[in-house]
Amino acid sequence: MDASERGRLICKLADLIERDRLLLATLESMNGGKLFANAYLMDLGGCIKTLRYCAGWADKIQGRTIPIDGNFFTYTRHEPIGVCGQIIPWNFPLVMLIWKIGPALSCGNTVIVKPAEQTPLTALHVASLIKEVGKMIKEAAGKSNLKRVTLELGGKSPCIVFADADLDNAVEFAHQGLFYHQGQCCIAASRLFVEESIYDEFVRRSIERAKKYVLGNPLTPGVNQGPQIDKEQYDKILNLIESGKKEGAKLECGGGPWGNKGYFIQPTVFSNVTDEMRIAKEEIFGPVQQIMKFKSLDDVIKRANNTLYGLSAGIFTKDLDKAVTVSSALQAGTVWVNCYSVVSAQCPFGGFKMSGNGRELGEYGFHEYTEVKTVTMKISQKNS
Amino acid sequence: MNASDRGQLLNRLADLIERDRTYLAALETLDNGKPYVISYLVDLDLVLRCLRYYAGWADKYHGKTIPIDGDFFSYTRHEPVGVCGQIIPWNFPLLMQAWKLGPALATGNVVVMKVAEQTPLTALYVANLIKEVGHLIQVAAGSSNLKRVTLELGGKSPNIIMSDADMDWAVEQAHFALFFNQGQCCCAGSRTFVQEDVYAEFLERSVARAKSRVVGNPFDSQTEQGPQVDEMQFKKILGYIQSGKQEGAKLLCGGGAAADRGYFIQPTVFGDVQDGMTIAKEEIFGPVMQILKFKTIEEVIARANNSKYGLAAAVFTKDLDKANYLSQALQAGTVWINCYDVFGAQSPFGGYKMSGSGRELGEYGLQAYTEVKTVTVKVPQKNS
Repeated sequence: MDASERGRLICKLADLIERDRLLLATLESMNGGKLFANAYLMDLGGCIKTLRYCAGWADKIQGRTIPIDGNFFTYTRHEPIGVCGQIIPWNFPLVMLIWKIGPALSCGNTVIVKPAEQTPLTALHVASLIKEVGKMIKEAAGKSNLKRVTLELGGKSPCIVFADADLDNAVEFAHQGLFYHQGQCCIAASRLFVEESIYDEFVRRSIERAKKYVLGNPLTPGVNQGPQIDKEQYDKILNLIESGKKEGAKLECGGGPWGNKGYFIQPTVFSNVTDEMRIAKEEIFGPVQQIMKFKSLDDVIKRANNTLYGLSAGIFTKDLDKAVTVSSALQAGTVWVNCYSVVSAQCPFGGFKMSGNGRELGEYGFHEYTEVKTVTMKISQKNS
Repeated sequence: MNASDRGQLLNRLADLIERDRTYLAALETLDNGKPYVISYLVDLDLVLRCLRYYAGWADKYHGKTIPIDGDFFSYTRHEPVGVCGQIIPWNFPLLMQAWKLGPALATGNVVVMKVAEQTPLTALYVANLIKEVGHLIQVAAGSSNLKRVTLELGGKSPNIIMSDADMDWAVEQAHFALFFNQGQCCCAGSRTFVQEDVYAEFLERSVARAKSRVVGNPFDSQTEQGPQVDEMQFKKILGYIQSGKQEGAKLLCGGGAAADRGYFIQPTVFGDVQDGMTIAKEEIFGPVMQILKFKTIEEVIARANNSKYGLAAAVFTKDLDKANYLSQALQAGTVWINCYDVFGAQSPFGGYKMSGSGRELGEYGLQAYTEVKTVTVKVPQKNS
C-alpha cells in the first residue's frame, strides 16, 4: 500500500469519528464519568485533529542519504516495526487510543490494542469504524510477533508561580491544571509552588475558585465535576486526603466524599503542604490540590525536580530570564510557561525519569514506530 | 489561523475538486486538448494527491533550536514569505496550479496567480471552489508587495538506453517519455540515446510504436494523442520538423500535420540525429522523437550533459553499477532509472542550469515559500 494511501485511510477514520462525534462523546462520558461538554469539545476534538495530523505524516517519513567516507552510497530507510502492542489507560480512553494507533498506523505498522477494562466502550466503537474504513484491519494470525510496547505513565507535576506572575492567569491555569477531569490527568499540576510574597492571596483565590464547583451527572450541562472512575480510585483518593489531614497539611476546603451515591469527591484544597507529606509525593489522581510555599529560585528548582517523576511542569512569570532559566532547568518532558495543559498533536509529549519512555506525537513520536535500516552500496567512484 | 487549520482548508479544497472531477477533467480537455481519459485519471489524480500531501505539511514544517556558541538560546522560525506571485504554464494547467498553491498556502502565504492565457478555464473554476471553501481567498488590496516569483522552465532531457536494458520496456517507456501530453512536457525525453549494439532494433520498434499511436478527438476514449495547444505551437513544431529534414536527420515516420483541420501533428520519429542539429538542441514541445546513437558510457554522459538545460534524465539498464554511476554523473534535477515521468507529491522536482530555480514538491518544495528568521536570546547561563 502506498504511504499516502495509509494517510488517506487514517483521514477517513477521522471523518467517521467526526460523523459519530455525538455518540462517541456520550459513550465516553458515560463510561468514564467525564463531563460531556469536555468529552465532546476537548476529547473528540483532540482525537479528530490528532488523527488528521498523523495522517499527514504517512508519506513524509523520510530517510536520509548520507555522505559516508569512502566509495559508498549510503541511505537509510524508515521501515515499520511490524506488530506493536499498545496498552491504553482509562482517563482519556479515546484520546489515548488515537495517540497510539495514529502514529503506529501512519508508519505502516499493525497494532494490537488493549483498552482499559474500566473504559472499553469507545475503543470498541472505533474498532467498528476501522472495519467500516476497510482494509485497515487484519485478523491477527495465530503467532504473535510483538516487538515493542508503549506504556503511558504518571506524574507529580510541579507548577511554579513567581511573585511577578499575572495572578489571575496563574490561579486559573493552576486550577484547571489540577481539577480537569476530576484530577485524573497524568499531567495534573499536583504540586503548586507559590512564591512567599503572593502565597496567601494565591491560596485565597484558589479556594474561591474550587468552592464554586457544581458536582453532578456529567451528562448534564452546568456541571463542573463528575464522579471518579471507580471504587478503587475513590478509596485511594479519600485515603490520601486523610493522610494530608493527619500529616499536618491545612485543609482549606472539601476533604471528603460528596453526595450519598456514586464516586463523587468534593474539590479539595490543602495549603501549607510540605515536601515529605504523602500528598506531596504520591500521585493522587483526584480533585485534591496541594499549595506549597517557596522563597528562592534555586531552592524551588531543586524541590520541583526532587521527584521520581518528570512528565510536565508549569512556570508563571513575566520575567524573560526566569522563564528561560527555569524552563531549561526543570526535568520535565513538557514545560509550560504562563499556561498549562496545552497539548497538541504537533508537539512531542512524554516524560523524563519514571514518567515514561519515548515521546508521542509531533515528528519525534513517529520515531518510535519506525525501524531505521541503513543501506550501503559499493560504487566504483564517488563524485560528491 | 492555526497551521493545522490551513491544512484542513487545503484538504477541503481537494475534496471539492474531487467532487467536481468529471467537470474539471472535461474543461481541461476542452481548453488544452489532452485526452479526456488522461485528464480524468492522471491530471486530476495528481492534483488531488498534491493538495492532500501539502495539506499534511501545513503544521509540520519545523524550525530548529540550535546549539549556538555562548550563553544564548537560538532558534529559527519558518515564516511565510507574504505575497507570492505565481505564473503557470498551459501544458498541465490544473496540476501546475496545484503544485503552486499547495506549498504556498500550506506555509501560510497569500498567492497572486497569473494563469496561462491559452488555458485559463480550470484555474478559474478552482478559484471559485476556493471561495466555496471560505477563508482561503483574500482580495488583493491596492498595494502589491510581491516578494518572490517562481517560474517553471523547460528541458531537453536525455533518455539513455544501455545495451543491457529490457528492450520491450525501454521502447515503451521511451515512447511514453516523448509523446505523453502531445509532447508538451517540460521533462519530455527528447534526446533518446541508444547504445550501438541495440540501436537498429530499438529504432525499428520505436517507429512501429509511433505509427500505432492513435491521434484524434480527445474526448474519444481510444485516442492517445489530441491536438497541440494552439496555432503558434503547431507552426513552431512543424518548423522544427522541417529543420530536421533539412539538416539531414532521417525521417522514419510522420513528419507533418495529421489532419486537415485542428492542430493535430503526426507522431514523428527522426533517426541518426546528430548533437549539432537544431532538433537535438532546442525544445520542440511536440510529438517529435529524436534517436541518437552512442558507444561508451563516458561518451554518453558528456553528450547528455552538454546542454544548457538540466531538468530530467533517465537511464535504462539492468546493471547496478551503471545505474549508480550514471545517476550520479547526470546533471539533472530528476533522474529516472528504468522508468520515466514518475511523479509523486513527495519527491522534489526541478532543474539544474537553465531549466529552473529551486525545487517544487516534497519537503524541499516548502523552502521557496518560507522566510527563515533566526532568533537569538541572551540567557543568564546555558546548561546544554
